Amino acid sequence: MTGTYVIKESSVYHMLQDAYRERMHFEWDDLGALMNLDHSVVLQEARVFNETPIRPRQSRLLLAKIVFLLYRGDSMSTTEATNLFFSITKLFQCKDMSLRQMVYLTIKELSTISEDVIMVTSSLMKDMQPTSEITYRANAIRALCKIVDPSMLPGIERFLKGAIVEKSPLIASAALVSSLHLFNEAKDVVRRWGNEVSEALNGKSLSQNSSFFGSSSSQGQVVSTSNIVQYHAIGLLYAIRQHDRMAVLKLVQSFSGQSKGSGGWLSGGSSSSSVLRSNAAHMMLIRYAVRVMESDPSLVPLLHTLLEEWIRHRSDMVSLEAARAVCQLKDVTDKQLTPAVNALQLFLSSPKAVVRFAAIRTLNVLARTHPEAVQPCNVDMEGLITDSNRSVATFAITTLLKTGNEASVERLMKQMQGFMAEISDEFKIIVAEAVRSLCSKFPGKHGLFLGFLSGVLRDEGGYEFKRAAIEAIVDLAKHVGECREVALGHLCEFIEDCEFTKLSVRVLHFLGEEGPGTARPTVYIRHIYNRVVLENAVVRAAAVSALAKFGAAPKADAALQRSVRVLLTRCLDDRDDEVRDRAAWGLRMTGGAEQTRSRYVRDDSTFSLAVLERRLVEYCADPQAAKKARFDFAAVPRISRAQEEETRHRVRLDAMDQVLTGSALSSSAAAKDDVPQSADTRADGADRLVQYAKQLAAIPALAAFGEQPLVSSQRAVELTESETEYVVRCVKHVYERHVVFQFDVTNTIAEQVLEQVEVAMESDDIDGVLQPVVAVAIPVLRYDAPGTAYVGFERLAEDVPAASFACTLKFIVKECDPATGEPEDGDDGFEDDYSLETAELGPGDFMQATYIPDSEALWESLEDGESIETFALSSFSSIEECITKVCDLLNMCPLDGALTPRSKAAHKAAFTGKWMGRAKTVARTRMTYQKGAGVTMELAVRSEDPAVSELVVSAIA
Amino acid sequence: MGGGISKMLQKLFGNKEMRILMLGLDAAGKTTILYKLKLNQSVTTIPTVGFNVETVTYKNVKFNVWDVGGQDKIRPLWRHYYTGTQALIFVVDSADRDRIDEARTELHRIVSDREMKDCLLLVFANKQDLPSAMTPAEVTEKLGLHRMRDRQWYVHPSCATTGEGLFEGLSWLSQNIKTP
Repeated sequence: MTGTYVIKESSVYHMLQDAYRERMHFEWDDLGALMNLDHSVVLQEARVFNETPIRPRQSRLLLAKIVFLLYRGDSMSTTEATNLFFSITKLFQCKDMSLRQMVYLTIKELSTISEDVIMVTSSLMKDMQPTSEITYRANAIRALCKIVDPSMLPGIERFLKGAIVEKSPLIASAALVSSLHLFNEAKDVVRRWGNEVSEALNGKSLSQNSSFFGSSSSQGQVVSTSNIVQYHAIGLLYAIRQHDRMAVLKLVQSFSGQSKGSGGWLSGGSSSSSVLRSNAAHMMLIRYAVRVMESDPSLVPLLHTLLEEWIRHRSDMVSLEAARAVCQLKDVTDKQLTPAVNALQLFLSSPKAVVRFAAIRTLNVLARTHPEAVQPCNVDMEGLITDSNRSVATFAITTLLKTGNEASVERLMKQMQGFMAEISDEFKIIVAEAVRSLCSKFPGKHGLFLGFLSGVLRDEGGYEFKRAAIEAIVDLAKHVGECREVALGHLCEFIEDCEFTKLSVRVLHFLGEEGPGTARPTVYIRHIYNRVVLENAVVRAAAVSALAKFGAAPKADAALQRSVRVLLTRCLDDRDDEVRDRAAWGLRMTGGAEQTRSRYVRDDSTFSLAVLERRLVEYCADPQAAKKARFDFAAVPRISRAQEEETRHRVRLDAMDQVLTGSALSSSAAAKDDVPQSADTRADGADRLVQYAKQLAAIPALAAFGEQPLVSSQRAVELTESETEYVVRCVKHVYERHVVFQFDVTNTIAEQVLEQVEVAMESDDIDGVLQPVVAVAIPVLRYDAPGTAYVGFERLAEDVPAASFACTLKFIVKECDPATGEPEDGDDGFEDDYSLETAELGPGDFMQATYIPDSEALWESLEDGESIETFALSSFSSIEECITKVCDLLNMCPLDGALTPRSKAAHKAAFTGKWMGRAKTVARTRMTYQKGAGVTMELAVRSEDPAVSELVVSAIA
Repeated sequence: MGGGISKMLQKLFGNKEMRILMLGLDAAGKTTILYKLKLNQSVTTIPTVGFNVETVTYKNVKFNVWDVGGQDKIRPLWRHYYTGTQALIFVVDSADRDRIDEARTELHRIVSDREMKDCLLLVFANKQDLPSAMTPAEVTEKLGLHRMRDRQWYVHPSCATTGEGLFEGLSWLSQNIKTP
């Protein structure tokens, strides 16, 4: 009964308080002494361990100091640690229990630094015998597992097995946790303990005789009520069986509380299902259940009923975990969600902050995908906005912003306005970001948002916060036409008095983009020119650029142009050369021909920046290149501004998600690392092509096919399931007359080295259009070091083959030592093969998905090369599904909104691409969806090469 | 109360405590000797990875016996236990004629260490119950003990499982210990 003490008499209470304070003070002094500990002094003092007789109290204190030093992060050299370790071993001659415990602790800490720690093996094994005291035994087990190497494990195996099924939770837990640590190093040995672990899990002890030295003596056993053994046992059992889905399923079911007679799984043959008394163990069980559901969707209904039952569990922890599991299921239906959301709703009004936090956090995540399911909790969440726990309040707001409807948003904004002044900047940023996402959700409420945002802009605040607010306004101005002018007005007002140069520049740039298109551009010009007069050089330069845009805009009338030219001419006298340069450039542009202007101002495509950067770096790195030729801009693929924008937008959405889930609060550092990375991985296919070309150029056998492939696959196709022995990915490259299959092979078995790895391909191509000409094998494939094999085919005829290939991986296996990766001497290996999934080749593989600017005009000009067909695709149950599939098959670049149908009944989309990297092709599709009939689609393709149009249409058929 | 009396006794008879290091090749019988002395039982042992330490009181002398494993990989670690050792018990498997040379090399390596300069040397010619066991004289000869001039040494035949000879060895030690 610790923790609950009600003291009514105030005098006693005060006395206790005083005592407590004194004690705290005392402890603080001790801690102060520890803080000033010096590493070398402590090591000197450690000589006391070598003295006989042992001085237990002094030694114990010294050990505490050493452990403190190690915890503090002091580093110790190997020699120092080894010397220290050996003097500590001398302490084993003393039987003092508290000293011994300290020794165990220190040994565990030193086990990774010191050499020859196996020296205490015998001593620890003696201490873990059933004849010694429980405290010794448990701690000795923990220390022992830190110092053994896997080769010695069989020697202590039976003791550990005995300890696992020990009655005392102290010992059983120690053995289980230690086994879990050992599992990483010696999987095979620990796996053999499965039966003992399940005994421990089910709370039934094996007969005591199974332990080595006879039955354990009847010492006063520490009785624990936490049932922590079950928690540790379930963790270890899962680790042992995690790859056996059926075993995990049985594990989950055995605790389902339903007696299904599935007890046969247990070694004891007990037929009644067991009970989980530990809540922590139950939570783990739920997580394992979810993993089973993820790996095998067919089991979802079965396990879902279990989860639903567990939501009604009497423990908060289990109930929350079960509800969370349901909320995070893929493809969860609203009906399935109801019980979970109901439970979470109840938790929202829990007196415990941590329970409220867990509930609101789960709801917050759910609101991202199923806002309507969370709506019933709105009232409860509004109550939480003023919660004393700031994290709970943040989650409440951000969740409400997602679930709220238009009507409630107004009230919410008012509430937020009320407390904006009281909260810190960090929190303000989150609110601003949340409002920003609301803007895109309820464009109708733009007036409200703009009012709010301009209001907060006037308040004090740091850069990040102001930036968030500015970005929100910019978003509104971009996406909601009717509020553009008001928004621009707010922005103009903001830069009049803005202390952040970066933000001024951002706003000026945006004004330059949007301003010229408005009804009265002159208003903005006045604001912009004010900056030229009043601000620093950086802002002035940005303002000049913005002015130039006004002058060059296609809408600009003569009077406006003249005024801009006057202003720009004045800027030619600026003190700063960048400003002068820009002014001069702007003057020249506004005066230039319409064509020049449109080229610089309205060009809607841009270079694929990642590729441009790579090419430039390569160009600069090669000293000969500059002599040979000028940098070839034509070789850098172009992408549309829209595409670039989209990429950025996607990155931003990800970031926004993080804001909304609140993970930004806790892990802003992680988020920072994460965002650029995700941007990287999305770097366009163009970048990958360059890499492929480089790889292919390095293979002499393929050099004859052409300088570089005309078309390469956008993404690699997996020919194996993940987590198999060998992982193979296939990429296809199309040359003028050849097709090359590239196989990236990874060997995931540490004990094997593969040699002469090649892929054998059997084609079903009856016409024999494709003739295999080249096969490049991987000479040696070591563990976890991917290698690449190639198979090249020649196309004998002009037509484009559609074929599928049965692929087999062939190789010579040699056993090797996993540590060195060298095959064993004299092992000649044996030949083996491994079937892969079929590789397909279709018309889509000959199409390079590139963005072609101005596809409208191209479409009109290619009227002759049209091919058109209508398909009834009854197998699709939605437009979205259909368009994704079509996009996959065509392998062309989807234009604006092609993949995101606005309506469920009808959709139009356009794609562009280059056939064999040359012939420009445009595809347009219209589709309608009717329940029962599926999708009806019309596909029209026009290409510079009429034959191509037909081929592309046939890609769908 | 008991503590008081023993203190008095210690005053009367002198407080003798002796730190002993017991070494030897693997499977010579060190751990068996230790527990025979300690528990007067013949226990089944497994190769000692590390060390065992026990206190054995005999004839008013407290022997603090360190039994360190004799496997190849542990022998280099013996040196960590040299400091403060007053006597070395070197255990030899008298029936293992093949490795007696190895035992000699190890013994000479130990006693040539500076830390072991002043310590007594007791050799147990163990496993005398085995038929082919070498006699103590033979062991003395094979270990080259006669060449060890400036050291007190003593070879005693023993059989760890029955305990024969063990306490005789200890009494030699207690008689010859140099009082500091």
